[in-house]
Amino acid sequence: MPLFAVGFEKVVRPFLALAVALLSSCDRSSAKPSAVHEDAQVGMARVVSVGSAVTETVFALGAGGEIVGVDSSSLFPEAAARLPQVGYQRTLAAEGILALAPTLVVVSAEAGPPTVIEQLRGAGVRLEVLGAEPSVEGARTRVRRIAELLGRDPSKVLSDLDADLERARVRRGKARAFPKVLVLYARGANTLHVFGRNTPAEEMVRLAGGENAVTAFEGTKPLTPEALVAASPDVIVIPSRGLDSLGGTDALLKVPGIAETPAGKAKRIVPMDDLLLLGFGPRTGKAAIELGEMLHPELMPDGKAPR
Amino acid sequence: MMLSPAEVSIAGEARVPSPSRRGVWVVAALAVLLVVVVLASCLVGSVAISLGQVTALLLEKAGVATSVGTSDSQAQVLFAIRLPRILLGALVGAGLGLSGASMQGIFRNPLVDPGLLGVSSGAALGAVATIVLGAKLAPATPPWIAPYALPVAAFLGALASMMAIERISSVGGRMVIGMLLLAGIAVNALAGSLTGLLIYAANDVQLRTITFWSLGSLGGATWRTALVTCAFVGVPLLVLARFGRPLNALLLGEAEAGHLGIEVERAKRSIVVLVALVVGSSVAVAGVLGFVGLVVPHLLRLAVGPDHRLLLPGSALLGASLLLGADTVARTLLSPAELPLGIVTASLGTPFFVALLVRERRRLV
Repeated sequence: MPLFAVGFEKVVRPFLALAVALLSSCDRSSAKPSAVHEDAQVGMARVVSVGSAVTETVFALGAGGEIVGVDSSSLFPEAAARLPQVGYQRTLAAEGILALAPTLVVVSAEAGPPTVIEQLRGAGVRLEVLGAEPSVEGARTRVRRIAELLGRDPSKVLSDLDADLERARVRRGKARAFPKVLVLYARGANTLHVFGRNTPAEEMVRLAGGENAVTAFEGTKPLTPEALVAASPDVIVIPSRGLDSLGGTDALLKVPGIAETPAGKAKRIVPMDDLLLLGFGPRTGKAAIELGEMLHPELMPDGKAPR
Repeated sequence: MMLSPAEVSIAGEARVPSPSRRGVWVVAALAVLLVVVVLASCLVGSVAISLGQVTALLLEKAGVATSVGTSDSQAQVLFAIRLPRILLGALVGAGLGLSGASMQGIFRNPLVDPGLLGVSSGAALGAVATIVLGAKLAPATPPWIAPYALPVAAFLGALASMMAIERISSVGGRMVIGMLLLAGIAVNALAGSLTGLLIYAANDVQLRTITFWSLGSLGGATWRTALVTCAFVGVPLLVLARFGRPLNALLLGEAEAGHLGIEVERAKRSIVVLVALVVGSSVAVAGVLGFVGLVVPHLLRLAVGPDHRLLLPGSALLGASLLLGADTVARTLLSPAELPLGIVTASLGTPFFVALLVRERRRLV
């Protein structure tokens, strides 16, 4: 009986307090978006950009100033990371995006959930879904389409991309051997995955003049020590944010199997910025050059991999 | 932790007289609270809409002209996003609260959570299967079904586990509560391992999607999902709310309830099926939202006692208010981004619940 001797007001009062707090917080939350509204200049687009490649492309086209919101993967260039966040691209929220009063929402094909995309379309916002193909052609298509949407000239970005890719291709041609490269994906020591066939990582390794050490399966799979030794990579490439989550190169060398590989023995562990390595944005050519320098130190003027 | 004999006898006596007057007031107060929370949810959000504008928009929708200035985007946000979301949140919250109270009633154990039936894990299996295998099956599915593939699969998963549990726990035409518990544990374990297998096969993007889905969200609410949920959660809810008297009698024990003229088998079976329907549909549309089903009936018991005639409607009302309040926090705290709802229900609810327990600790022991 003591169980129910508590007055109901004790139970209900905190909820009422919460409700009142919510009601009063309404005024505060209203101040922000309406202020943004008034800032809008006539003739400028207000773009919400979702997907790192999309955001990089908009900035590369010189239209970064028109972006009013980005997703959590849009970390490059630095100016993008300071823009209002609309969250993770797979769990977008319609109202938050609408509150930014966008004239255009550009999302990668990975964005979702589908019902939110539907809500945004239903709300009359111009929404463009771009393919997420991790290839040079995919990167070119994204540049062209975004340039078209924003009324910008894509030729400079495209010619820079092609020039970089050409440099990477020339370097590939000079290489005598293609090192076997294992690309790891890490979020802490217990979630080490390797990239197999038909992955962005494989394509980038190819562009840089290497070959994927993992050909046994498509997509990504958790890493096993035996498979690691069987793949016997000459070089291990790891996205730098993933390496940080592991605790650096030394921690990676302690992961079972890593030290036994040729790459582990020679300590050829190459960290590379996640978005540069796997993003397939306008920096694809630069990424191919940068990774190529790490894979082929023998082609560098001093015969050493850059630090 | 069974109810003490004293509590059981109270419930038995309460079967005859009408519900306590104070309890009725509590339930009435909770109804008022729900109205306040619904109103607050209409007003609060990334897009600013004032009380006057909400009223004006609703009146204009009903064909009454007003002088209050409103914009098209406000109308879009209110009618296409907030209202369906509020309806969905209220239904799911009410469903989880009421399911929790009913389950604790038939198991005669206040530690029971609606997830115990294994229905949530079955639904989760369906959802995870869609996330991981969806892309491979996509060419074979018509495009109009794509946005609904996940809830439909989750619902089918819930239905399958419910049928398995019902089959396993039936002994000679009777549903044995002890078997029901074990069947629930078995189905939970099996669905959990199959989900694990799918997670193993998932790629990085799918893994993240699974993680976020499992944290729960009402963000995908459209009128279509809200109305379908009305049928699959709302209707069973109304039926479940009428099981107060049988549940009160069941507190005495199954045989005793039978002597009191309750059709025990029918009541048990109906409650289990209805709860499975409610929980399965809720997980399908909003993900796994713990805490509400377990804690709401507890809070109510503190206020109205163990009388299920008050506990059931009260749990529905408080569950709806709690989930709507939590969702309002979830969608405004990081605006324009959103926090997953499951994080908010647990992180706001748990300290509050523990504080209540600690404050009343002396009286409880």
